[in-house]
Amino acid sequence: MHKLPTIKGYELVNFSICEICGYIDCTGRKFSEVGKMAPIAIIDYGMGNLRSVQKAIEKLGGTTIITNSPLKIITASAVILPGVGAFKDAMAQLKKLQLDTIIHRVIESGKPFLGICLGMQLLFNKSYEYGECEGLNILYGDVRKFPETLKIPHIGWNTIQSTEYGTRIPLLEGIPDNSYFYFVHSYYVNPEDDSVIMAMTDYGIKFTSMVCKENVYGCQFHPEKSQTMGLRLLENFVNVHL
Amino acid sequence: MLAKRIIPCLDVDKGRVVKGVNFVNIRDAGDPVEAACLYDEEGADELVFLDITASHEDRQIMLDVVKRTAEVAFMPLTVGGGIRTLEDIEQLLRAGADRISINTAAANRPAFVKEAAQRFGSQCIVVAIDAKKHYIKSGFKTEGVGDLIIGYQAQEFWKVYIHGGRTPTDLDALQWAKKVEELGAGEILLTSMDRDGTKDGYDLELTKSMSDLINIPIIASGGAGKLEHFFEVLTLGGADAALAASLFHYRQLSIPQLKQYLHAKGITVRIWGCRFSE
Repeated sequence: MHKLPTIKGYELVNFSICEICGYIDCTGRKFSEVGKMAPIAIIDYGMGNLRSVQKAIEKLGGTTIITNSPLKIITASAVILPGVGAFKDAMAQLKKLQLDTIIHRVIESGKPFLGICLGMQLLFNKSYEYGECEGLNILYGDVRKFPETLKIPHIGWNTIQSTEYGTRIPLLEGIPDNSYFYFVHSYYVNPEDDSVIMAMTDYGIKFTSMVCKENVYGCQFHPEKSQTMGLRLLENFVNVHL
Repeated sequence: MLAKRIIPCLDVDKGRVVKGVNFVNIRDAGDPVEAACLYDEEGADELVFLDITASHEDRQIMLDVVKRTAEVAFMPLTVGGGIRTLEDIEQLLRAGADRISINTAAANRPAFVKEAAQRFGSQCIVVAIDAKKHYIKSGFKTEGVGDLIIGYQAQEFWKVYIHGGRTPTDLDALQWAKKVEELGAGEILLTSMDRDGTKDGYDLELTKSMSDLINIPIIASGGAGKLEHFFEVLTLGGADAALAASLFHYRQLSIPQLKQYLHAKGITVRIWGCRFSE
């Protein structure tokens, strides 16, 4: 029989231990919060505007915690990876904080996971921003720059068109096709597998603006900055795990 | 299709909106947060806060304004005025700003644009350019007439001003825009000092010359006085967004009214969350 691992102040549930490295994979909650829903973790890795994401979720009645602590991320009920900035720096930061492995664990555990903007791009295999850089390898595909014929960055409000897969996901519930969302980016994701593409957007070229694979969601636009429709999308995400 | 943006700008001094905002249902005309909320409700596409606070000590107040705004208005927020260091940018981003507008610090030290873009991404860095038309008169002499200058060739260009428009530089606005694009700026906030406050319309010539030259988006500013001016600058001027301040604050135009007009003229604008035009 395993000796139960304990982490001070936390009650661990559904845990398993990796036989090779002894890594503890678990969901859990603070003792003080037993009986309450664990908060949604917003990963803080020094990139981007976390506060807007937090305030938007709180407005919708969810509880949040902005953190880079592996334990707090693992024990959260859902995880959001926000981010603006450069791909390379972001990966370096995640690795430095050892959050790359934590993100893999969280996703494997089946918790709802949402990557926003750069947070979505990081889920893919690689990006070419300031030289080639490997990503988190959770989704297959790469991250490319818009062609020089377009004005770069793509800044402002653009519409999303859901694909046949997109109409089935809970995140787009109550959001009409062709709703406007706020974008601000120079690179876009290019998934290898069409079935992960939930929505496309037209900026001279059509690019993927939303992805989903099982419990992993990603959007290129900023729902926390997209007024009513953005809040609706986040509300859908908060409700995914209820 | 990417929609053209309509952007109200609020000048903020020590946490208060300069001259106030003349909304009917506003409790405190000088509170930038309340003004931001009203513009959010009206469907403004973005908001610009320009901090004109003179002293460095009072700059913390702006952080508080940004924080409180980001708590209630879930819309893109650009903050400018007095930003000098990467730490200034980081603090504002952490407070809830999405994009940072740099003006004087960029002109004084262009490498700052590059550093900021590399650290926070190009999409985050807006370079504000205050431009004013100048004429260079280059005289030419004709042989046999001694030193007498008998002709002038007038050459016009737009000069970049810094320190809120008080100090001229040696920079040519068009070349400067090209340069900051290369350095990694993600957008230009272009203000025509000749037109600012006149309500005679945006400087189409300046805006068009710049938009032909660079490949990053341009927010046109200075001179908006009526509906047609917005249409002109978004079409003839080649601007991606149009900014105005007093016109919106004093309710000479409302944002829904302006967007309805632009939509009727065939311009793609966002009316609330749903697509209105194509």
